[in-house]
Amino acid sequence: MSALTDLTIAQAGDGLDKAEFTARELTDAYLTAMEAARGLNAYIAETPERAQTMADASDARRAKGEAAGPLDGIPLAIKDLFCTEGVLSTAGSHILDGFEPRYESTVTQNLWDAGAVMLGKVNMDEFAMGSANITSHYGPTINPWKAGSGDAAGKDLVPGGSSGGSASAVAARIAAGATGTDTGGSIRQPGAFCGIVGMKPTYGRCSRWGVIAFASSLDQAGPLARTVEDSALMLSAMASFDPKDSTSIDQPVPDFAAALTGDIRGLRVGVPAEYRMDGTPREIEALWQQGIDWLREAGAEIVDISLPHTKYALPAYYIVAPAEASSNLARYDGVRYGLRVEGEDLTDTYERTRAAGFGDEVQRRIMIGTYVLSAGYYDAYYLKAQRVRTRIADDFRAAWDSCDVILTPTTPSAAFAIGEKMDDPIAMYLNDIFTVPASMAGLPAISVPAGLSGDGLPLGLHLIAPAFGEETLFRAAGVLEAAAAFDARP
Amino acid sequence: MALDTDTVRRIARLARIHVDDAELAPLADELNNILGWIEQLDEVDTDGVAPMTSVVEMVQRLRADELNDGDIQEDVLANAPDPADGFFTAPKVVE
Repeated sequence: MSALTDLTIAQAGDGLDKAEFTARELTDAYLTAMEAARGLNAYIAETPERAQTMADASDARRAKGEAAGPLDGIPLAIKDLFCTEGVLSTAGSHILDGFEPRYESTVTQNLWDAGAVMLGKVNMDEFAMGSANITSHYGPTINPWKAGSGDAAGKDLVPGGSSGGSASAVAARIAAGATGTDTGGSIRQPGAFCGIVGMKPTYGRCSRWGVIAFASSLDQAGPLARTVEDSALMLSAMASFDPKDSTSIDQPVPDFAAALTGDIRGLRVGVPAEYRMDGTPREIEALWQQGIDWLREAGAEIVDISLPHTKYALPAYYIVAPAEASSNLARYDGVRYGLRVEGEDLTDTYERTRAAGFGDEVQRRIMIGTYVLSAGYYDAYYLKAQRVRTRIADDFRAAWDSCDVILTPTTPSAAFAIGEKMDDPIAMYLNDIFTVPASMAGLPAISVPAGLSGDGLPLGLHLIAPAFGEETLFRAAGVLEAAAAFDARP
Repeated sequence: MALDTDTVRRIARLARIHVDDAELAPLADELNNILGWIEQLDEVDTDGVAPMTSVVEMVQRLRADELNDGDIQEDVLANAPDPADGFFTAPKVVE
């Protein structure tokens, strides 16, 4: 038998049900692997004792025939943006030094209720602001993949971000799956960079309660896992209607894995002309065409569509997200929790605490957000961006008349070396050029590993579905996954 | 609409972030670079387009107006940097 840490969530659940191994053995295998892979800096806090206690409880449930479902006994990593009761929760920021919440986020509570085991909290860009996991106060996370050739050959690569620790951990087999959050691509882009599946549900599907806020109208939790089926199993457990989140949607949560029928005959797959952008590497274009061919061969109908405002999604995002962030991050005042730097008076204490506690990128975004919301500029920037956002959502609405899902590349490049793009914020922002439009429209989307770059690094293909179209999304993603048969490993 | 250092100082004050004087000019350059890139939005015709207020079509739920929380003083103060006698503390504001 292969190593326990090589099993997918579905395979591990099967092995547990057949008593081929125990949840404790599975958890211990992961804890050993985590120790050996500490060089990746994927975990901010490991919780081995809690993991073993949870695994033992899972074994006890199974022994009594009371297993809670397919996640019972499955070891997961939790992005450090989720508040976990009594366990360090920092959002990758110095300003939340030592913060141990007295409550549990709804999404993680749902996972524990489903029997999942917490291995620890994983690294991320500070307050989820970044696309390379280089803005964390706890240092960069390293991608387990290495380039075999090219400029980045032999160098440490970024895992993508902001859910970089989640993606790196799942790809490195030091977690069976991980939670992430996606504001503009923060699940899908690291999923693509690390050769795993990253899925962002419809806005409102997963509760934001207990998830440290970045941009409230965009933030959405979702799974990172090694297969589409595992992602579906995780989402069924993570999603719920939650009265504690005013934007939580009161809709039944389907058994998403049941949607993986493998049959997409007649499915209309839209290919948006505007995603063919100048400067996109030829290998990305080629993989996209390969994906189109795969879906056509599986019986889908390929439809050319137009999303005219695509290029404006990213600049509009960089008004809306910083505006919401500047408001959400006003709560870090050095008085109620986290870091405090004493100043000459109250205002000086606020200002010095926030200058010391927030990193450069977070400060930059708070300043941009403060400016675009300030008197005299609100209409020109913020309202303008929200109008553009309406047009982006209208583009998608019109597209759904002629297609059921949309296929695009996930990222304009493969993973790059740590240190690149660090002094040019806009170059870093462009990582999310293909993922941001779906975020702006609140739509579910998924990245599936589909091939390797010329330098031997994973590349993803990206599917977008209408709101609450997760079942169609998973079904199409499952077919894409089977056709790609991506079995390369870091 | 290029930002000058005085405007950056004002924004920093509004955002309650201390910025040393020597940092104002480089920060202004960084912010201007981003705002200049954002200005391409001016190309989009948004006349008569309503600003998005909710990303999914939903009616705002209301809950019953009744207490559903409380008696958690210890939890609320547990992570405070310098709590005293059941209170948060802050530097003196009134002389």
